[in-house]
Amino acid sequence: MNGMNDFELLEFRISRRTFLGGSAGLAFAFTLGVGKEAQAQTPGRLNAYVSIAPDGTITIQQPVAEMGQGISTGLPLIVAEELDADWSKVKVEQSPIDPAYHHPVFKAQYVVASISTLGYWTPMRMAGAQARRVLVDAAAQKWGVSAAECVTEPSTVVHQPSGRKMSYGEIASFATPPATPPAIDASKDLKKPGEYRLLGKGVPRVDIPSKTDGSARYGIDARVPGMAYATFVRASVRGSAPASSNADAVKKLPGIVDVVTLPHGVAVVGETYAAVSKARKQLKVEWRGGQPGDAINTDKDLETYLGDGRDPKRVGVEWKSKGDAVKAMPGAARTLAREYLNDNVYHAQMEPMNATADVRADGAEIWVGTQAPTRTTLDVGKALGIDAQKVKVHQLYLGGGFGRRATVEASVDAALVSKAVNRPVKLILSREDDLASGTFRPMTSQRIEAGTDASGKIVAWRHRVVGEPVGDFVYHPGYNKAAKDRDTIFMMGAEMPYYNKIDHWHSEHLMEPERTRVAAYRGIGAGYTKFAIESMIDELAHQAKMDPLAYRLAHTDDARARRVMEKVAEMSGWGKKPPAGRARGFAFAEYALFAPKVGSLCGAVAEISLDRKTGRIRVHNYWAAADAGLAINPTALANQVESAIVWGLSTALKERVTMVNGQVQQSNFHQYELMRMSEVPEIKVEVITGAAPIPSMVGELGVPCTAPAVANAFFALTGKRLYHMPFTPERVRAALKA
Amino acid sequence: MVKFTINGKEAYSEQPGDTPLLWVVRDELGLTGTKFGCGMAQCGACTVHVDGNPLRACVTPVSSVAGKKVTTIEGLSPASDHPLQKAWIAEQVPQCGYCQSGQIMQAAALLAKNKKPTREQIVTHMNGNICRCGTYNGIVRAIQRASKEV
Repeated sequence: MNGMNDFELLEFRISRRTFLGGSAGLAFAFTLGVGKEAQAQTPGRLNAYVSIAPDGTITIQQPVAEMGQGISTGLPLIVAEELDADWSKVKVEQSPIDPAYHHPVFKAQYVVASISTLGYWTPMRMAGAQARRVLVDAAAQKWGVSAAECVTEPSTVVHQPSGRKMSYGEIASFATPPATPPAIDASKDLKKPGEYRLLGKGVPRVDIPSKTDGSARYGIDARVPGMAYATFVRASVRGSAPASSNADAVKKLPGIVDVVTLPHGVAVVGETYAAVSKARKQLKVEWRGGQPGDAINTDKDLETYLGDGRDPKRVGVEWKSKGDAVKAMPGAARTLAREYLNDNVYHAQMEPMNATADVRADGAEIWVGTQAPTRTTLDVGKALGIDAQKVKVHQLYLGGGFGRRATVEASVDAALVSKAVNRPVKLILSREDDLASGTFRPMTSQRIEAGTDASGKIVAWRHRVVGEPVGDFVYHPGYNKAAKDRDTIFMMGAEMPYYNKIDHWHSEHLMEPERTRVAAYRGIGAGYTKFAIESMIDELAHQAKMDPLAYRLAHTDDARARRVMEKVAEMSGWGKKPPAGRARGFAFAEYALFAPKVGSLCGAVAEISLDRKTGRIRVHNYWAAADAGLAINPTALANQVESAIVWGLSTALKERVTMVNGQVQQSNFHQYELMRMSEVPEIKVEVITGAAPIPSMVGELGVPCTAPAVANAFFALTGKRLYHMPFTPERVRAALKA
Repeated sequence: MVKFTINGKEAYSEQPGDTPLLWVVRDELGLTGTKFGCGMAQCGACTVHVDGNPLRACVTPVSSVAGKKVTTIEGLSPASDHPLQKAWIAEQVPQCGYCQSGQIMQAAALLAKNKKPTREQIVTHMNGNICRCGTYNGIVRAIQRASKEV
């Protein structure tokens, strides 16, 4: 995926086109005035996204999976704004899986990379504006006046000269669909920022009430008459397969319906999940060897990565660059090289992977909470040998996505098992199997070499990231080759678009052989590349005897970058002495696929203390200033940033997957520890809105600053550097001795 | 057959006595608000009340609740209006929401015994419940808000 090309594509698709009535794939279906019963079944649909009932209820379809990011409020809010809807009359529905609702970049319903709001921004505005136009035209016609004399107030058309008013519901009770749906011109028919009634004001999230009383429906809550339960033991080594198992013995256990052996794993199927779960503990599978992943040994492999990163003969794939860093380096007054490491980490989404499938002769139905519903139809169709159009996906809430639910293994497995036992099947992984066959953020070693001038400022920068590419495993074999080995998920963040006073920088990906079940993981590459970059910048600042904030500001005149840095400095009292025994660290990072044109920026300060005996770091306070362009729903935005901060801190301080001979050594939360309430700092997030006219990425924005902010605070406290994430007590003690 | 009370109504399970209460509640009784997270009392997503005490349903054999009163998130209040539920909405706590039934049930057991818990008491009481979305500070605020109402 090439960043700029994607951006151009996005801009073309969402901004320059005219939104026609039929372009969303659904013709007008204004079935109003045909009797209450029919109305109840098919409320007046104005386009793919909007329908209005005579009682004034406005139903807005929202096309994106809700996984906690608040998208089921944010996108409808955009429609409602252009529609001039009374928000209290809006009902949000999860849209069907249908090309009418495709994301303009992905050409699918797919939620990754935090670009749902950005991607749907213009289509949603267009849909709202078009529906509004239909209502205005219908009211004007009824009154026998010119539509140009009419304006709208929330859910009401007003004829300005006469002051007459008509509610949207009233219009819906008589209006008939125009033969040709009105065209909307994005350049002049949409509201200007000063005219917003809803955007940026803040509304409660529509999904929250159901998440406080148990009524929210997640994938795991699906229930189909006659269904069996199943669990799946998947080859934890990429490409491996069951060689043999004690399936015959397990089949005879109480409550067990069948044991189904698939090419990549073994399913235990039973009448209850409790029976399945018990039988799973008896199941023994021998796996076929000979896969590259059999040789994965975390500690040894990291040494190999380090050696490769130091080898000047190894040439990587260029990710991004500016100027000519190779040529500029010899002209530097001084050079400094540093290495950074990170281990594999696991999503640990609270809802174990699951899917419910009903495969019948005429097609298949899947109930699942997934980031990739369109792909679910395609991959399930392929696995079953049927047309994807015969696969119906019911999108349910996700008990955490974070990239784990961007792939669709669980749905495919459930479908194959349902087919094998000829019954609907709900397949749920145990936590242990979810972790053993998890998908992980890549382990990497990074090497940064920086050249500085006599004043200490950066004149050349070379950044090498060593590790396994992600694209082929996440998408399909051959994906990376087609993308010319430019692996966005792996390399995200290995760039300095907002340090615009650095003239020469270069980043490259030095690829290791693909062996691991790697994944997109909240923050993707920026979760480790920014750790390296922002730690290095901090080290260079101290080398130059400059304040870390002042040093950063000296390398950028980008107004948005300076603002988030200065804002968080103000929030945290940067420059003032922290309480005794504590120290603060600074970090800045963008999360931007299309920087610097479109991107989100974050400045952060962490305040820590240290128990030198145990090596335990305690983060007491964390401040962040976040600029994600136009803030659609500011409180929800701030909450997402806070969520990503906790995620990032947990990853930076605690989380670690290790493998021996390809087998994950951690089995459940007692060994794969996550940040708990007692460890969470006070967090303050300020949202800067309107610095860019459109909304940009939010969900992952808080992640990249966390590790470097803590590591830089650690240096301020101890004079020692942390180069290996996570900063476990053991590593901290070793760093103190170094 | 194990007989018990669930959310004020008489109920029974026909599952073997060692069946975790979690699966009885979710699959046999159809109350899916109680969630499966880890299966070994490490995360708290399955927290329910048994005779008023918060228990991890994933490691509680159904036989052990015979004759007892089980309360799940669905039975916490008659109209989803327990002070904690209202506070959870007011503070906009949930993100993915999956752990929140367990969080609320855990918190409700605290407020039932200690109407004005300190922050430290809240943290100690809630520390066994994981929230992967990191809504911990929101949870603390919501409990403090609710404690002013109970």
